[in-house]
Amino acid sequence: MTDLATSEAPAGAALAETDDGTARLHRAILIGIAAALVVAPFVAYPVFVMKVLCFALFALAFNLLLGYGGLLSFGHAAYFGMASYVCAYTAKNWGLTPELAILLGTAVAAGLGTVFGALAIRRQGIYFAMITLALAQMVFFFSLQTPRFTGGEDGIQAVPRGKLLGLLDLTDDRALYWLVAAIFMAGLLAIYRIIHSPFGQICKAIRDNEPRAISLGYRANQYKLMVFVLSAALAGLAGATKAIVFQLASLTDVYWTMSGEVVLMTLVGGLGTVFGPIVGAIVMVTMQNYLATLGAWVTVIQGVIFVACVLLFREGIVGVIAKAIKKPL
Amino acid sequence: MAEDIILSTAGLTKEFAGFRAVSGVDLKVRRGSIHALIGPNGAGKTTCFNLLTKFLAPTRGTIVYNGRDITREKPAEIARLGLVRSFQISAVFPQLSVKTNVRIALQRKRGDSFDFWRSERRLKSLDAEAEALVEAVGLTPFRELSAGELSYGRKRALEIATTLALDPEMLLLDEPMAGMGREDIDRIETLIRKVSAQRTILMVEHNLSVVASLCDRITVLARGQVLAEGDYAGVSKDPRVVEAYIGSGGGHGHH
Ligand SMILES: Nc1ncnc2c1ncn2[C@@H]1O[C@H](COP(=O)(O)OP(=O)(O)O)[C@@H](O)[C@H]1O
Ligand SMILES: [Mg+2]
Repeated sequence: MTDLATSEAPAGAALAETDDGTARLHRAILIGIAAALVVAPFVAYPVFVMKVLCFALFALAFNLLLGYGGLLSFGHAAYFGMASYVCAYTAKNWGLTPELAILLGTAVAAGLGTVFGALAIRRQGIYFAMITLALAQMVFFFSLQTPRFTGGEDGIQAVPRGKLLGLLDLTDDRALYWLVAAIFMAGLLAIYRIIHSPFGQICKAIRDNEPRAISLGYRANQYKLMVFVLSAALAGLAGATKAIVFQLASLTDVYWTMSGEVVLMTLVGGLGTVFGPIVGAIVMVTMQNYLATLGAWVTVIQGVIFVACVLLFREGIVGVIAKAIKKPL
Repeated sequence: MAEDIILSTAGLTKEFAGFRAVSGVDLKVRRGSIHALIGPNGAGKTTCFNLLTKFLAPTRGTIVYNGRDITREKPAEIARLGLVRSFQISAVFPQLSVKTNVRIALQRKRGDSFDFWRSERRLKSLDAEAEALVEAVGLTPFRELSAGELSYGRKRALEIATTLALDPEMLLLDEPMAGMGREDIDRIETLIRKVSAQRTILMVEHNLSVVASLCDRITVLARGQVLAEGDYAGVSKDPRVVEAYIGSGGGHGHH
């Protein structure tokens, strides 16, 4: 047996290769995504791509919390929607430049996430989920009751896209696209880093076995609150960006169905995979767009696809691929 | 003779809806000893561990560790004081690799790991130590496997490696060798003896030959109460102990 105190086991060659191999694959995928972002506005409608990017970022933020923190929030619309309102309101009524309005919306989402997260993490499992839902419903009713801020049923319309840093006019879809693509990429890289940070390691440990992590001396609640706030802030970033893209913030953004949609996107794409939520968002937004003529049937078709996904491949689209190539994606 | 007591309890009691799982236990664990807690199934051994590590709040009684009353501390703080436990139901991080499981514990050396903006490459400096611990419990061939895929006995071995990674002053091991084969039992027994040099160990163990050869002192628990205490020779001759074991059919090993 090796002496515990003195042995310096050499790092296994095979092992180092696996780690680096995965990292290399991920880097290649990230570069591929960046390249796709450059090409996308020339092959698809920029507004459509921007919509996909906003929802993909939203789903990535949600997946950070559920897939890596093990915390199921049924109320993520609150952060997405509230950031959307704050961004729209300040851009329209205070005349903030878009980047400031987006940042302010994100900050408010982070603040809301801090308060709601602190309340919710006191409970576990389904109780946690119910508290997040209840708090999000409070935000919805608040939005409904304060039309002077939210515009009530009408929402905040005709939000000016403004000039980036007060210089660059974003009225043109193509111009705005580059800002949205940059925000998305920054969000994706941030989430990738969080997942692969020393902090991310402890989050995964708590997700896997909270009592064990606590017995090793980790104050689990502090980690859970932190990942909750990060997730809420990134969901807010997505919601605020969406308000600038569509020049609209409305009750739909804070309604519980929005919380449901992000769960769906994440599960269809692959819960707990880095890239799954992006695929899930592409699938769901594309479906909504091309099936829009079918009216209420869209919801039914979405439901059917969701059930089919869950029954056929529980790991989601990217989860199935990851299993096939035996590499985490 | 003045004894150096690292952990002691006074009147420790835990009731579950009126049922007394642990009843007035006065336990004294000497610094540097290997102390066994034995008794038939349902005697309250695991509940005791849960009380000592604050995973359960005692109904009555006090716990003193290193001269400090820890009766009201939180479980994570107990670990930070150097009192670290393993679990009876093997507790690993199933989706993380064997090596990463151990590294999670080693990360505690950095203090809190709230740095979400840094790369996990920083943790590579802990890899050599993690691999040495994995080696020490005989899991090197499995180090890249997800911990969830290990057999029961190997999960126990991994849990011991993870617990040792914290370099705790005192270890609480709940049936560390349950589900292990002869060879693994020998390995873990040797390991426990080796790491016991600079620490105190309190362990629950059903394998009485292991208890006999490893432990300095034995406390026998039955129906939540201390039935007998002493060294192996004394305790194993105690008629009440023999009766408790035979009477409940809970005994294991060569009794
Ligand atoms: N959380 C609990 N709620 C109710 N009863 C419990 C709980 N935990 C343990 N018990 C009961 O307490 C007694 C002691 O259990 P335990 O400490 O696990 O025994 P041991 O580890 O000695 O086998 C058992 O009768 C068990 O059913
Ligand atoms: Mg037990």
